[in-house]
Amino acid sequence: MLTKRIIPCLDIKNGRTVKGINFVDLRDAGDPVELAEIYAQTGADELVFLDISATEERRRTLADLVLRVAEKVNIPFTVGGGISSVEDVDRLLKCGADKVSINSSAVKNPQLINDLAAKFGSQCVVVAIDAKQINGKWMVHLVGGKVSTELDLFDWAKEVEERGAGEILFTSMDNDGTKDGFANEALAKLSTELNIPIIASGGAGNMQHFTDTFKEGKADAALAASVFHFKEIEIVDLKKELKEKGIPVRL
Amino acid sequence: MKIVIIDYGAGNIQSIQFAVKRLGLNAVLSNDPEEIRSADKVIFPGVGEASSAMNKLKASGLDSLIPQLKQPVLGICLGMQLMCNWSEEGDTQGLGIFDVDVVKFSTRVKVPQIGWNQISDLCSPIFKGVKDYEYMYLVHSFYVKECKETIATTSYELEYSSALQKDNFYGVQFHPEKSSSAGAKILSNFFNLL
Repeated sequence: MLTKRIIPCLDIKNGRTVKGINFVDLRDAGDPVELAEIYAQTGADELVFLDISATEERRRTLADLVLRVAEKVNIPFTVGGGISSVEDVDRLLKCGADKVSINSSAVKNPQLINDLAAKFGSQCVVVAIDAKQINGKWMVHLVGGKVSTELDLFDWAKEVEERGAGEILFTSMDNDGTKDGFANEALAKLSTELNIPIIASGGAGNMQHFTDTFKEGKADAALAASVFHFKEIEIVDLKKELKEKGIPVRL
Repeated sequence: MKIVIIDYGAGNIQSIQFAVKRLGLNAVLSNDPEEIRSADKVIFPGVGEASSAMNKLKASGLDSLIPQLKQPVLGICLGMQLMCNWSEEGDTQGLGIFDVDVVKFSTRVKVPQIGWNQISDLCSPIFKGVKDYEYMYLVHSFYVKECKETIATTSYELEYSSALQKDNFYGVQFHPEKSSSAGAKILSNFFNLL
């Protein structure tokens, strides 16, 4: 039986791991390769590396990090942050990334999704969508939530599926950093209306939140950062709990 | 031991090379027929779309070389699918090593299947020491039906072949290079085949 995935997310700045609380304050949480190896050994199903650096040499630094991670880590990983072209993706996949995640660049140039799916296959194209509710409507936001758009979450999600995305990583800006749980209502709607896997992100605070997002939110995978980085939740304990609640996990 | 990973421009070859290295072995990348023929073990990777991958194989003449190989050959993911008769993906004629077709999952399940699923009914030396219902990492939209060459099955919408074997040819739908220590065990078993 296909299991629900637990995915720690490592925010990367200049080759180091950071975690933004509501995407603003940053705290150092260690060396990415070392952290990735530990996660791979302690039950993580996948990893996501999100590069938030804005320097000139970011492309080279990120490619170098991907290569070092691929050498050590024996579970799949996704790389995102600032990826805007077929060439960017080609370089990262060649360095050993399994999937790439695109966000703002997909909104600015939706054709990029088609191009990536055609060249590399849908299986390695994750489209990340950040959204928050404005007057009761889920609106897509860019640049880590700072820039609003006119795009409706569900319309955009359907469009990215049609264009060939293999997966959607949905982050609720309203929930991110709150530790009050995932945006399960919106997640369930996405999961029901679309036929590609949905990764839930934003709001994980305790184990019950994960149970809820798999049961109520119908999520295929759940992503979190600080609860794992600061050892508030051990993945193996989380998986035991999920299994007890009847959710299929790899243990 | 000489391990060659067939490099025809389709697939996450770097990850396979690193997985081999983690086992303390070395693999070379090549599309040179002589180099491939002289290997002790051959890995045939593949990620992406079937018809374009098949065209790349044809362009380098590897489509006629691969079925003639005598040493153990391991097809991974799309590599395994291309070793079959035909794929629904791009209406692609395969290498015909495995006498079975590749078809798409229906919309009753999410497509692609992405994640860790179990392999069972294991019957091949490459699964030595691997427990029944072990978890492997899979990413795919098309699957191989059950057939006489099936050596492992997985359940997603229905029971399908997650591994195949015929003579010296092996195929796995999952990614052993990305399937933690159990995946490494399968790779190690493959390299230990005589």
